[in-house]
Amino acid sequence: MTAATLPNNALIGGYLASAVCFIVALKALSSPRRARWGNLIGVGGMVIAIALTIVDQHAGPDGIIPIGMVVGAAIAVPTARLIRMTAMPQLVAIFNGVGGGAAALVSSVEFLHVQPAHPGGLHVLEMAFGVVIGGLSFGGSLVAFAKLQELLTGRPITFPGQRNLHAVAAVGIVGVGAWTVASPHLAGLVILAALALALGAGFCLPVGGADTPVLISLLNSLTGLAVAADGFALDNLILVVAGTLVGTSGALLTKMMSDAMGRSLPNIVLGGLPSAGSTEVVGGAAAAGGVRSADATDVGTLLAYSSRVLILPGYGLAVAQAQHTLVELVAALEARGVEVSYAIHPVAGRMPGHMNVLLAEANVPYESLDDLETANAKFSSADVALVVGANDVVNPAARDDPGSPLYGMPILNADQATHVVFMKRSMRPGFSGVDNLLLYDPRTVLLFGDAKDSLTKLVAAVKAA
Amino acid sequence: MTGGGLDILVVFVLAAFLGYEVISKVPSILHTPLMSGSNAIHGIILVGSMVIADEAHGPLQIGLALAAIILATLNIVGGVVVTDRMLEMFKGRDRSGGAAPGPPGSGGSPGNQDRPG
Repeated sequence: MTAATLPNNALIGGYLASAVCFIVALKALSSPRRARWGNLIGVGGMVIAIALTIVDQHAGPDGIIPIGMVVGAAIAVPTARLIRMTAMPQLVAIFNGVGGGAAALVSSVEFLHVQPAHPGGLHVLEMAFGVVIGGLSFGGSLVAFAKLQELLTGRPITFPGQRNLHAVAAVGIVGVGAWTVASPHLAGLVILAALALALGAGFCLPVGGADTPVLISLLNSLTGLAVAADGFALDNLILVVAGTLVGTSGALLTKMMSDAMGRSLPNIVLGGLPSAGSTEVVGGAAAAGGVRSADATDVGTLLAYSSRVLILPGYGLAVAQAQHTLVELVAALEARGVEVSYAIHPVAGRMPGHMNVLLAEANVPYESLDDLETANAKFSSADVALVVGANDVVNPAARDDPGSPLYGMPILNADQATHVVFMKRSMRPGFSGVDNLLLYDPRTVLLFGDAKDSLTKLVAAVKAA
Repeated sequence: MTGGGLDILVVFVLAAFLGYEVISKVPSILHTPLMSGSNAIHGIILVGSMVIADEAHGPLQIGLALAAIILATLNIVGGVVVTDRMLEMFKGRDRSGGAAPGPPGSGGSPGNQDRPG
């Protein structure tokens, strides 16, 4: 704030306008009709705050402010615009992570700047919070990104002594933090940053793939708090307001998401999923059963002569970009008088709402999408449950087997339909890595292949039937 | 900026309650867009990055400040564009040559989850 050129009142007034924009944006983002507008209001708030700061701070040394913004935007726009819709969750993870990294860097530079002047203990504590929380979020987001990008396995990564190691790192952060506050020195800050990165990453390793969206929401909330801590360190109102808003609304959203999955938050972040041992046993038992596979003509005939069909889309549909073909199949079935509806699991795909977004792109009206409860009321009277590229969200073990790692997650009760058809690429288990006994059920048939190819064949088969 | 430590604490506590109250009963289809939208909002750390960039001295501080500005800009711009792409789908209008065509059947296949069924 050395080169401040704006009167303090103008700056505070502008930041107030910006804060109001953010509050309105969050409110609007919670309602389907105003969500897109809400995002734009958020942009408005951002533009106000940044424009004021540019006027106040100019270009910085060597013009790094405009240079950095141009470089950042030049990377972000093409990445965010061109990436496939299926890769959206990992993009959210990485964009959250870089925010946490920026928050940690801001506190670090402030520390380097004020350290020679012997800053007070409270000021150092604020910067230490910024570095630690930002570092946790950055490290955690990188692991979440790697899991979703499948650079790491989606299954929980566990090893003996993991929790003790986390405890040691946490105690280390508190100890080094206290040491740094007592006598501010660079080494303390570097160790804090390293420990926070390691703990953030380690914390996320045991979280199962299906729980990753909840994890990203938690990390998002953490980044908000890191930004608020920076706001305290820099005595900057808008950082405190916006960071805190994201911190607490993000915490609430995290709870809503874990509730939607029927998982408790402590269970997700502390427990991870139980060890893989029980899974192996289930897999072994199931392997003995064998599966029935069918070709598209059989399945097409089954569908064409049904009176009620429920469609359960999953990640496989998104990967194959087969949503338009699926809509064609539904139209062909409806033309024959078959009653068809979509059963949408809240976390089908890789993020909550993934399937809604995908089907909306194919112009499926929201009214024809049934949520978990509505759909589950229909299965017992359905002739066919057609599972298109989903797996974990129909695994009966989540309902029936207390020993299963998935136990407790609400599922679509596809096993209550008269027939179950799985469209799958292979016998691979779902993202959680847990085998699905429904695949071996005598009422189940499997139609192997890419979802788009299979659906195209089904459309032809239904029309021919 | 605020002239004291206490009033910023007041702002913090009020903002904490407001953040908790402002979103209520979010339908599950909006969980991800809301997460992504609030993700963009904490990109406000760009303002903090600009403030510390302005006071940075020496190559280490300037280098770290530049990195902070780049990362914060990525956070804002990426967050906003991703959120907009998600919400674009909600309009349900006809989209020709849309932004999301992916090569069918390629990519995203869980490479290391092979396990005998």
